[in-house]
Amino acid sequence: MSRRLLGLLLVLPALAVIALLFILPLIMSAVGAFQVDGAFGWGNFVKTFDLYTKDIIFTVVIVSLSTVLIGLASIAIGGYLTLGNNPVAVSILRFLYRWPMFIPFIVVGQLMRTFLAKNGMMNNAAVSLGLMTPMETMSFLDWRGIVFAFVWKQTPFVALLVAGAMASLNRDTIEAARNLGASKLRVLFEIIVPQVAVTLTVGLILSFVTMMSVLSVPLMINAQSPTMLTADIAFRVNAYGDYGVANALGLISLVLASSVAWIYLRISLKERT
Amino acid sequence: MTALRNNLSALWWVPRGIVFGLMAFFIFGPLFNMLLWTVTEKWYFPHTFPLEYGFSSWEKVFAPRGGALESLGNSLVVALLTVVVSLALAIPAGYALARLKLPLRGVILLAFLIPQAFPNLTVYVNIARIFYEIGLNGTIPGVVLVHVSHGLVYAVWIATAAFSAIDPELEQAARNIGAGALRTFRDVTLPLAAPGLMASAIFVFLESLDEFTGSYFVGAPDVNMLPLLLYTTASGGNYQIASITALLLLVPSLVFMAVVERFLKADVLSRVGQ
Repeated sequence: MSRRLLGLLLVLPALAVIALLFILPLIMSAVGAFQVDGAFGWGNFVKTFDLYTKDIIFTVVIVSLSTVLIGLASIAIGGYLTLGNNPVAVSILRFLYRWPMFIPFIVVGQLMRTFLAKNGMMNNAAVSLGLMTPMETMSFLDWRGIVFAFVWKQTPFVALLVAGAMASLNRDTIEAARNLGASKLRVLFEIIVPQVAVTLTVGLILSFVTMMSVLSVPLMINAQSPTMLTADIAFRVNAYGDYGVANALGLISLVLASSVAWIYLRISLKERT
Repeated sequence: MTALRNNLSALWWVPRGIVFGLMAFFIFGPLFNMLLWTVTEKWYFPHTFPLEYGFSSWEKVFAPRGGALESLGNSLVVALLTVVVSLALAIPAGYALARLKLPLRGVILLAFLIPQAFPNLTVYVNIARIFYEIGLNGTIPGVVLVHVSHGLVYAVWIATAAFSAIDPELEQAARNIGAGALRTFRDVTLPLAAPGLMASAIFVFLESLDEFTGSYFVGAPDVNMLPLLLYTTASGGNYQIASITALLLLVPSLVFMAVVERFLKADVLSRVGQ
């Protein structure tokens, strides 16, 4: 038996799982989106845009805003870890930033439900510091809560990737620029960030797609209208058994996500070849 | 002059202290708030801290009819089975991707990323429909299969990296003194790759333990698991029990974060995805 054939045989079972349990249902959902009572048509999309246009915009805005904030926070953390002079401060930051990384989304949802609530710790701390009175407190469990939860959970992951890429850069150019009098901020944005742009983009795209498909955070934090598409899909299936509109919503989020995933595939294929 | 400079650098700790203090508050605040809820008996607006502390919710959670033990048991069984199935698929695949010449190797590696790179919600909705037809919906094997498809990317990518980090000459040496291909794999390659495989097992275990969406559509309401218990108690407004469940899910994640570097050495890590 040739080594090629043997190799393919060894990979085949794992690939079959992906094909049967992911790609097949993915195709089913794409086909199902165009099926109305057994016939093909645009009915599901008409209904979807009638009912959920607001939620589609809401989802895109929330996920994009979170992605931008995650990017900025990761650059700040990675930049400080790379350029910080004070070793104690750098190790404090290194210790601090990673904690939320492996905390599951469903737990993040629960944490924020208590932390950002009207009587949550964030408001309580502000009241204790005299920044506001108990009557002025308000709940952040709306779109702000979702953005906070996403940024809280995804920043460590992107920052870890970005900091790793920054650490492996050639230090000579950085030192040279510093010696010529460039400020740290300038070095960060003109020398370091362009060199880690690929890693940053990959991390942000993976985060974007992850956030597009998280169901637990919108369910836990803000399930009222307007909400995210994931919550709508779950509602459509559980409340009405309406797979047509659910699949149409799924296809729309798929198109949104794959427009960014496409960028990812191009980057990583280019790196591989 | 040096004294002045020392004073100035000491002054830098004021902005640093404020920034790190805020970071610590926003990172640990939610965790601390949850810990408080796990031991709260009575707490309402506008009190900053609970009015009464106690462990009565813990008793409720772990009471025989509390549902938590069943969910914990199901979650552990599913996670362990997911690890076994994933590794059984990923060890041969990883070995082949690392050692054997494969056509379209890059494309095959990327194929395992697909479940992570596309929004998976509608996929689970449709898997639930297929599983319903063939009687797998609401069963433990059904949930395991869904978790395997999702965790396979970690299993395969890390296993591939672990195998390619091994020096091929070690295997060659074993072959030269007469060991067969299978014996070489069992006695040389597998033990050397063990730490990396262990890391991939932990990743898959956690991924399964924390998975919500697939369990929600394929498992619920017949197979109860911890994330589902957390969701139902939280939406029922029971913050104490929801927080205790959250803590149960949180501990393995934090322990893992602390030990991951022991299993995932730099030589393996730098090869992940390549």
